[in-house]
Amino acid sequence: MNLNLDFATIFERWPAFLQGALLTLQLAFIATALGTVIGVLGAIGRRSSHPIVARICGIYVEVIRNTPLLVQIFLVYFGLASLGLKFSAFAVAAAALTINVGAYTTEIIRAGFDSIPRGQIEAAEGLALSRAQIYWYVVMWPAIEKVYPSLTSQFVLLMLASSVTSQISAEELTAVANYIQSDTYRAFETYILVAIVYIILSLVMRAGFWLLGLVIFPRRRRLGTPL
Amino acid sequence: MGGSLNANHLMFLGYGALWTIGLSLIGLLGGGIAGFIVALCRISPSRIVRLISTGYVQLIQGTPLLVIMFLTYFGLPALGVTVSPLMAAGASLTIFVSAYLGEIWRGCFESVPKPQWEAAEGLALSRSQRMMKVILPQAVRIATPPTVGFMVQIIKNTSLASVVGFVELARSGQIINNSLFEPFLIYTIIAVIYFALCYPLSLFSHRLEKRGGPARIELEAA
Repeated sequence: MNLNLDFATIFERWPAFLQGALLTLQLAFIATALGTVIGVLGAIGRRSSHPIVARICGIYVEVIRNTPLLVQIFLVYFGLASLGLKFSAFAVAAAALTINVGAYTTEIIRAGFDSIPRGQIEAAEGLALSRAQIYWYVVMWPAIEKVYPSLTSQFVLLMLASSVTSQISAEELTAVANYIQSDTYRAFETYILVAIVYIILSLVMRAGFWLLGLVIFPRRRRLGTPL
Repeated sequence: MGGSLNANHLMFLGYGALWTIGLSLIGLLGGGIAGFIVALCRISPSRIVRLISTGYVQLIQGTPLLVIMFLTYFGLPALGVTVSPLMAAGASLTIFVSAYLGEIWRGCFESVPKPQWEAAEGLALSRSQRMMKVILPQAVRIATPPTVGFMVQIIKNTSLASVVGFVELARSGQIINNSLFEPFLIYTIIAVIYFALCYPLSLFSHRLEKRGGPARIELEAA
């Protein structure tokens, strides 16, 4: 085994890596934001008294959670193409990741909704809050606060999973790595470096979510009760 | 080019599905053994062992499986080690699964009530006796539903082996698509087969979880 590592040639390409990392973060950000919206709507839908709505949301969650992301990406990519619609690889990647993470978010937020004690809702009804007020103040925010740690871990996993979109030539971090390694023949160094960048990105995301948590759930901080 | 989907294609897909199952079993077995060691290290009395195993888990959980696959398949040959697609995929899955299962099982060990550990110590059982005879039998019961649930993740993640040229279900779909060019139909069939493999496990895990007390929120790698 001849160990002949040359990280210098790879380091020289840092602008490309940086651009790839930014695109990965962008993908993660779009999918996280839209996925949260889908998750809240999906969770409300799954608890709907309307059986058809609840059923559709249930099917969405189960289908997405039981098929690989890679296949979902191909289906969205080729599905849109066969409908004659042309989108950039980035748009397709963002759409596929959003659809994917939306299902997981739905499940997590639903678990949060289910954890709100019945008595809380009855108390809110007793205080003559409207249905919308109850959902907003009594169900949704406390529920999201409860599942916030699970949600954020899911979003970090999503960021890592976005590497799969390199397969439809979205120009994110893994795609950049593939290009650089085929250009320099330094596969080992390239992928080690990319792995380190991904680890840094996940640490950055965790730190970001922790700070965001302090801002949007100040009650926890004030009471000083760990979740 | 051209032609339509026929029995031969479906046979080929079936063959790919068998490899998906095979690769999942390799990942489950290899990752299970390694994950058990990781879990034991995570609750070790030695600080250094705990620190190293925590670092390992953090490293692997912070890296996409796809990059681990590329690293083993393209990276190792660059160092002079030749690997076949099966070896690369199997090794990558083993590493990936060990970090996640190790973490799941650590949680299961720790959720065995503290008095059980203390009582075993009070009965002067050795560390290995305490582990094997008191903690493990209880931890296995706690660990079953999340482990079955995680098997779904393993099956889904074997699809990433297609990128290193390993012909499992997703790759055999790509190969057929290259000759027929009916991507929507073929990938729908592929998705249905994955669903048929995963959904029973999901249901089973859910049922086990319901029987064993309150459901925990589970995290899943997409």
